[in-house]
Amino acid sequence: MTTLAVVPKGAIETPVLEGRDLTKSFRVKRGSGLLARRSRLHAVDQVSVQLMAGAVSAVVGESGSGKTTVARLLARIVKPDTGEVLLDGHVVAGARSRRFAAQVQMVFQDPFSSLNPVHRVRHHLARPLQIHHTADGDVDEAVMQLLHRVALDPPARFADKFPHELSGGQRQRVAIARALAVRPRVLLADEPVSMLDVSIRLGVLNLLADLRDRERLAILYVTHDIASARYMADTIVVMYAGQLVEAAPSVGLTDSPAHPYTQLLLSAAPDPERLERPALAARGAPPSLLAPPPGCRFHPRCPHVMEICKRMAPPTVTVAPDHTAACWLHVDSGERVLDGAGMGPATSPSPQREAEVQRPP
Amino acid sequence: MSLPGASAMTSPGSLAAPGAAPDRGVDPVLEIRGLCVDYGFGDDAAHAVADCDLTLGRGRVLGLAGESGSGKSTLAMAAIRLLRSPGVITGGEVLFHPRPASDGEPATTLDLLAAGEQELRAIRWSEIAIVLQSALNALNPVSTIGAQFDELLATHRPGLGRASRRDRAGDLLELVGMTPDRLRSYPHEMSGGMRQRAMIAMALALDPQVMILDEPTTALDVVTQREILEELMGLRDRLGFAALFITHDLSLLVEFADDIAVMYAGRLMERAPAASLFRSPRLPYTYGLLHCFPPMHGERHRMDGIPGSPPDLRDLPPGCAFHPRCQWAIPRCRQDVPKLEPLTGSHREVACWLHRDNATAPPELMRPDPAVAQPRTAAVSDTSAERAV
Ligand SMILES: Nc1ncnc2c1ncn2[C@@H]1O[C@H](COP(=O)(O)OP(=O)(O)OP(=O)(O)O)[C@@H](O)[C@H]1O
Ligand SMILES: Nc1ncnc2c1ncn2[C@@H]1O[C@H](COP(=O)(O)OP(=O)(O)OP(=O)(O)O)[C@@H](O)[C@H]1O
Ligand code: SF4
Ligand code: SF4
Ligand SMILES: [Mg+2]
Ligand SMILES: [Mg+2]
Repeated sequence: MTTLAVVPKGAIETPVLEGRDLTKSFRVKRGSGLLARRSRLHAVDQVSVQLMAGAVSAVVGESGSGKTTVARLLARIVKPDTGEVLLDGHVVAGARSRRFAAQVQMVFQDPFSSLNPVHRVRHHLARPLQIHHTADGDVDEAVMQLLHRVALDPPARFADKFPHELSGGQRQRVAIARALAVRPRVLLADEPVSMLDVSIRLGVLNLLADLRDRERLAILYVTHDIASARYMADTIVVMYAGQLVEAAPSVGLTDSPAHPYTQLLLSAAPDPERLERPALAARGAPPSLLAPPPGCRFHPRCPHVMEICKRMAPPTVTVAPDHTAACWLHVDSGERVLDGAGMGPATSPSPQREAEVQRPP
Repeated sequence: MSLPGASAMTSPGSLAAPGAAPDRGVDPVLEIRGLCVDYGFGDDAAHAVADCDLTLGRGRVLGLAGESGSGKSTLAMAAIRLLRSPGVITGGEVLFHPRPASDGEPATTLDLLAAGEQELRAIRWSEIAIVLQSALNALNPVSTIGAQFDELLATHRPGLGRASRRDRAGDLLELVGMTPDRLRSYPHEMSGGMRQRAMIAMALALDPQVMILDEPTTALDVVTQREILEELMGLRDRLGFAALFITHDLSLLVEFADDIAVMYAGRLMERAPAASLFRSPRLPYTYGLLHCFPPMHGERHRMDGIPGSPPDLRDLPPGCAFHPRCQWAIPRCRQDVPKLEPLTGSHREVACWLHRDNATAPPELMRPDPAVAQPRTAAVSDTSAERAV
């Protein structure tokens, strides 16, 4: 991780993987017996993310904010209700194909359950190499190279081990090596270190950062730990109740958060450097996704809430170069009044965020 | 969590501690001495807690940090005799010093490890209460929160009538930021944060002198975590209980505990006031652990964590169990187990050969101790000085 500068996003560079306006709701059953009702749970609403080659994008947010669902939508493990996924600028149609899988791989949270206990490390890595024909010649040689790439050295010693003979960090490295076996250009890592011991987390994060730098992988890093996102991501997007509320280069976002929810998250994160305990920027808990609040979904908790926030979803506005936030505070007050006075959704600065788009999947 | 660079090196041993009370001055409420706990018997036994000494001062918050499997929960559960088989206590004593009676008559000290079931039952909940990570497991799923309060109060406060019990339960919920109407709720109808709050209210119901908090907020989001911890610390200031606060999140303890003890592979390895441990760790493992939490401010730079991984308790390295991962290990570390001993002239203890005899510790482990050099903040040092006397 030598270059921590944000990769300059020239307008010309096409994201390797992109999600545009992804929306996903799940049908859930509430109650039981005769009283059972089916409702829609709005897990992800109009989320757009771009993954660039050689960059890590982090998704942070509280439990249930929709982070995993976004990763699964990008991996095409779940189908969006609306919105699309683009690979190299081209819309991907249909289910998750082998061709798509070869480009976009997922790494999961639990290194204990993601490896089959009856197979040796060698088997876990050789299989994808054979299925995807990605070994140049000798499969065994390719397995050794994979182990070397994830810093399991000497590779020969690790190849013959069973998963239970490895530590958690080593298992997560094997899971990453397995994802790399098909030579993907995108890694979607869902909380890859949260089940690991504190002392070995950085090792795995550094490995991901090295893969970004050495092999120009595009990486999505899903986490609830904003400090680790700041540490290794180039950009951070913050999710709240299924929506994207802020996106920016990671240092800019953590040093000058623009959205009140991001400010709340930062005030709550453990930070031994501060001399006094901060006042929490807000209280309470995220809303139910079965009936999210109208307007800005954060308004019931927001210390800066205004009348317009309760009625209309805020537009996404640029607050600094490459730094956007969806909050009425950052909309010119003149425009706020205009919209709030009932000009109607048609002239809203963000027609696409207005009403909830609901189409059958 | 970046550590401030220290340019002026002072030997920790040579500094006196003006103004601050010596350790003996702390009024202990719980004293753990030489505690040993094994899982299993004979050669196969894992020494999950080995020869641990730990003192909890009255009204203080003592943080217990360490990685998964280092023995934190085992130590706490054994100390209050809630250890489940195959865990066996193989040695030590745990002295509980009740607060003096209202007429000033000193109360008698009780060794919890030698106490009978009857004596223990009288103390658990009423004097020593416990909050575990998962309130869902601790709360009864088939009765309302109100019914659970009622049962607890009816058992331990037989003098209270039904209406007073309900009032008391309502007050307790308000204490932890919930509304009394929640008494009608079942545990599954509440969020994780609310269940954890209800658990804390129940733990406070009998006005205990000691709270054992085992990862009380680990399963919760950061916002809820901070809300609950702030409430707890406010209650501690008002009600005066002492807390043993267990978590793997050292950065959290730096903010919320008065003192911190660090555990590794079943042993206590360092104990110091929170600010001292953070600013001037003396133990290589503590130093490494502090460098595992990326900072929230300033320049980003590569951090390396700690090489290797925690050892298997059934197959511990000889000598200091940390030596295979220690960048400063000396030959002696491979043979002899270092004991937790006070560092001369300070309020801290460390188990490390680098601070013994003629060994020289590296500058990283010799930073000036803020508790000795200057107070952390006026407010914090005021209250801790007050509590120390
Ligand atoms: N298959 C599903 N069926 C029904 N609801 C679902 C499904 N998957 C996710 N959800 C719901 O969608 C919401 C978002 O879930 P998601 O797992 O994406 O959140 P998350 O941000 O990853 O949370 P966490 O930090 O807890 O992992 C949650 O309310 C969750 O219960
Ligand atoms: N029932 C058991 N049988 C055998 N070994 C056990 C048992 N419970 C715990 N151990 C072992 O004892 C050691 C200490 O466990 P303990 O639960 O006290 O650790 P901890 O520090 O609380 O960890 P965590 O942070 O994961 O809660 C571990 O190595 C564990 O494997
Ligand atoms: S839009 Fe309004 S309610 Fe929402 S975060 Fe901004 S100020 Fe707060
Ligand atoms: S005793 Fe030796 S191995 Fe153990 S922490 Fe100290 S220097 Fe390192
Ligand atoms: Mg998730
Ligand atoms: Mg534990």
